Amino acid sequence: MTNRRHFLAAMGATAALAGCAPLGKSARKAHVVVVGGGFGGATAAKYLRLWSDGSVRVTLIERNAQFISCPMSNLVIGGAQSMSHITHDYAGLRDAHGVRVVHDTVTAIDPATREVRLASGDRLRYDRLLLSPGIDFLPEAIEGLAGQEDRIPHAWKAGAQTTLLHRQLAAMPDGGVFAIHIPKAPFRCPPGPYERASLVADYCRRHKPRAKVLVLDANADIQSKKGLFLAAWSERYKDIIEYRPNNQLLAVDAATRTAVLEFDEVKADVLNVIPPQRAGRAADLIGSRLTNDRWVAVDWQTAEVADVPHVHVIGDATLSAPRMPKSGHMANQQAKVAAAAILHLLADLPPNPAPVVMNTCYSYVGRDSAMHVASVHRFDAAEHTFVPVDGAGGLSAVASPAEATAAQAWARNIWADTLA
Amino acid sequence: MKRIAPLTLVCLWALAPAAHASNALDAGRLLAATCANCHGTDGRSVGGTESLAGVPGDKLLRKLAAFTSGEKPATIMHQIAKGYTPEQLALIAAYFAAQRPDAGVAR
Repeated sequence: MTNRRHFLAAMGATAALAGCAPLGKSARKAHVVVVGGGFGGATAAKYLRLWSDGSVRVTLIERNAQFISCPMSNLVIGGAQSMSHITHDYAGLRDAHGVRVVHDTVTAIDPATREVRLASGDRLRYDRLLLSPGIDFLPEAIEGLAGQEDRIPHAWKAGAQTTLLHRQLAAMPDGGVFAIHIPKAPFRCPPGPYERASLVADYCRRHKPRAKVLVLDANADIQSKKGLFLAAWSERYKDIIEYRPNNQLLAVDAATRTAVLEFDEVKADVLNVIPPQRAGRAADLIGSRLTNDRWVAVDWQTAEVADVPHVHVIGDATLSAPRMPKSGHMANQQAKVAAAAILHLLADLPPNPAPVVMNTCYSYVGRDSAMHVASVHRFDAAEHTFVPVDGAGGLSAVASPAEATAAQAWARNIWADTLA
Repeated sequence: MKRIAPLTLVCLWALAPAAHASNALDAGRLLAATCANCHGTDGRSVGGTESLAGVPGDKLLRKLAAFTSGEKPATIMHQIAKGYTPEQLALIAAYFAAQRPDAGVAR
């Protein structure tokens, strides 16, 4: 490596002496294009600048003007927090870190010429491309659902849908039924649907005590923090929440808000269907073959796409390593692995042989009480993927107000680590 | 690269992406970045958690050991600290100790 360093230094000197200046820059700055400004992409853009001391140019393409956080958005749906609390902007990335933030949509990617095309018509050349496209929905898997997100909100991407679902809850009559459908795993944020049921029930207990919250789960069981959710539900929402496993949703009737399940039909006053999910469609533009037609397979040492060189993918869009959740926290951690790998690869250095990522995920069981699940994952060279560290991680002993305070501190810090 | 083939070899080199520092990123820095979600970028918390920037390394290591042994009660840190080897914890502690508590990154 020392040799390489001297070699590069010598190269720089030679270039300067050779008088290449008229051609432009003596040494062109490497350019990394990041697509998607969620927890993954925004963190990657920031750390690429931070860890290169600004020597790498970074362009972040994000179609939304603002960052709206999915974590904490269930509090907004339950009326315990405002949209402004979960809404942040990209000024920090631009002003404090020198990221070029472009609010546009990617329409084409050519891995052969390393070019990204935008809806505006602009073209960008990259040395490395990082996609953090999040998820897209597969509403067509449920008959009658496509195009009905105003009548049957998902609220599984925070924003206008979050406000809409809260309004529908607020307008529901006392004695009404709020039904949530959970798709088969894997989906974004495994404990999220159960947290939502809890916070909707908390709202009902305060404002509509005769209402019911019906949890229709396509899975055979609660997917995360099962014991803790069941304990909280039996203690707090005994007469409000009803949990029904193995309830695969086949069709919906938007006009009557009826859910047609395999063995049953449910008519709801508010019908919240979380649709089946796949990698965000920007991932289709690189021509990688998706695993199960849904997820992008990456080399977890670098997050580089297995079959598309110079392109890295992180976050919910990826085929997760064993027991690695699709979470904002994990996307932020993967972003740092990818940023380090990209900087090493640009410098012709080998990637970090032993990256580590960890996950912390807080869930509220009521507006004043939360619990966590945590895990640490080390890169295993033999298996060439991340594996959970034995004996580490775990769950809260019990949901508590202290952890609700910790959850707020987590949110403030991860938003800042991602954006500021 | 093909389109600039007519240039001289020397200038071709000059046009290659700048390899900036061309040093490997510090292992402690990368490990410490896994703490940043809760403890702030480079250990400078924006509130509600402990700032780790500038904390002497031996002090932080003692605290982490107390979490791991159960001597110091915690809601979550005892579970997380166990995920790192002693060598990794030492690298993390050394990195945070070298950071300024205020803005700006110590080098």
